[in-house]
Amino acid sequence: MYLNQFLLLAAFLFSVGVYGVLARKNGVLVLMSIELILNAVNINLVAFGAFHDTVAGQVFALFVIAVAAAEVGVGLAIVLLIYRNRHSIDLSEVDLMKG
Amino acid sequence: MVAQNLIFGVIAVAMGIAAIRVVTTQNIVHAALYLVVVLAGVAAVYILLAAEFTAVVQILVYVGAILVLFLFGIMLTRAPIGRTSDLDNDQRWLALAVSLLLLGVLAGVLADAFDDTKLPADAAVQRSGEVGTSIFQVYVVPFEVISVLLLAALVGAVVIARRD
Repeated sequence: MYLNQFLLLAAFLFSVGVYGVLARKNGVLVLMSIELILNAVNINLVAFGAFHDTVAGQVFALFVIAVAAAEVGVGLAIVLLIYRNRHSIDLSEVDLMKG
Repeated sequence: MVAQNLIFGVIAVAMGIAAIRVVTTQNIVHAALYLVVVLAGVAAVYILLAAEFTAVVQILVYVGAILVLFLFGIMLTRAPIGRTSDLDNDQRWLALAVSLLLLGVLAGVLADAFDDTKLPADAAVQRSGEVGTSIFQVYVVPFEVISVLLLAALVGAVVIARRD
């Protein structure tokens, strides 16, 4: 197996996630796209770990998974708060800090 | 070797289609369900890379916990459950251009840097014990920082979402 097939798959997932973050306006869907990006990074970490025959890649992937879990928890709490205050999670309407 | 490449191809195509559906589908619950396919595919890729412990954690944490959180988020924000045409904003084509450009740059750099690089063919399975030893010896400080971070996120989420 080539190293590049995993890295290209991860690059594709990353780009799809970036598209989702930019093009979606529902807050929950933006969080889902962020999960795609984080998973792409994890594939890279594990692939390079296997390439260099070390467990460090896996360890950092596990750390990223833990951070992603924390991020989703706080992110969904924020989305919930936005919904409670504005009765909508349309992110294009959240422009309080727009200059 | 051939079987591995075949399996990788099937998984990669399934993940690619599901990932595109996550960001394009007009039904928010379907997006969450397509995300399951992508996350399970990532776990399968970990198994192909002989990282079995990470694959199991991926299933437990992502498919088991994070997906449920997403479904709760969908329900609690009373998102439209059926089809709706109101999930994308009006900068879709700009976003498509940006992500295609990003993919092109990444693919070009990767093809340039790791063109013929092969993974070690007889890679031993990295045993869970080695991962645990590594976490608790070499990476014990980041591990402790992560546990405090999880606690902080837990308390923070409760404080943010609480009704006063």
